[in-house]
Amino acid sequence: MSAYDEERLARLIGMLPPAPDGWVQAAQELPAARRGLDQLVARAETDAAFRAAVLADLESALQAEGVEPQPQVVEKLRRLLADG
Amino acid sequence: MGDEDAWRELVDRFSRYVYAIAVQGFRLPQQDAEDVFQEVFARVYERLDSLREDEAVRPWIAQLTRRLCIDRLRAGTRESDADLDELPEVPAEDVLTALEEAFDVHEAMAELPENCQQILDRFFARDESYRTIGDTLGLPAGTIASRISRCLDKLRDAFEGRNPPPAPSGGQVT
Repeated sequence: MSAYDEERLARLIGMLPPAPDGWVQAAQELPAARRGLDQLVARAETDAAFRAAVLADLESALQAEGVEPQPQVVEKLRRLLADG
Repeated sequence: MGDEDAWRELVDRFSRYVYAIAVQGFRLPQQDAEDVFQEVFARVYERLDSLREDEAVRPWIAQLTRRLCIDRLRAGTRESDADLDELPEVPAEDVLTALEEAFDVHEAMAELPENCQQILDRFFARDESYRTIGDTLGLPAGTIASRISRCLDKLRDAFEGRNPPPAPSGGQVT
């Protein structure tokens, strides 16, 4: 007899409900977000005024680049600009 | 398949697992769980090139998620007045083991026909009613229970095909 009766399988399926849609979408859009970050940083490295503007308002700079300013993304941009 | 499609698929495949470890395993509040969730996938993305072996991805993600959850709990302990030597409450190993098993069941579910995946997921993981499932999938609500039962049979076959039960012990090997 199988150790996996209906009740056990049902319980195991129920243990993994979907993560919130917004979380999944943000993670799936990571490649696009990273591209946007790279473009921002590249421009900031050659344009001091732009760099100052980005540093003054990281969230708006990301939004202008079409990148959702998730806290992790904002922090990543802050680090990249600090390292640059 | 393009890299971005592959990435979306990877996130889709592991998102429930990471979420469950954070929320059910470590009982993180939603905001902390979201931070851990995004950090896990950010680190996976950065390390993807060195994780091409499919079999290495899952244990790495599990370990990373657990570590980030523990870091988050420790940070919470530091911010509170709790004794700094006090370890945060970590989940019992059997909860994490059950989540591993649940992940295996979901992997087996992905091999079922689409309608079975939908019915089982909607009923057991999303807690939808027969009526909602019937309306969404265009099926008579009165047939949902029997479909669930048939789909569970298929799932058991698929799951045990991937994870054969251990041979009964005590028998003499000849």
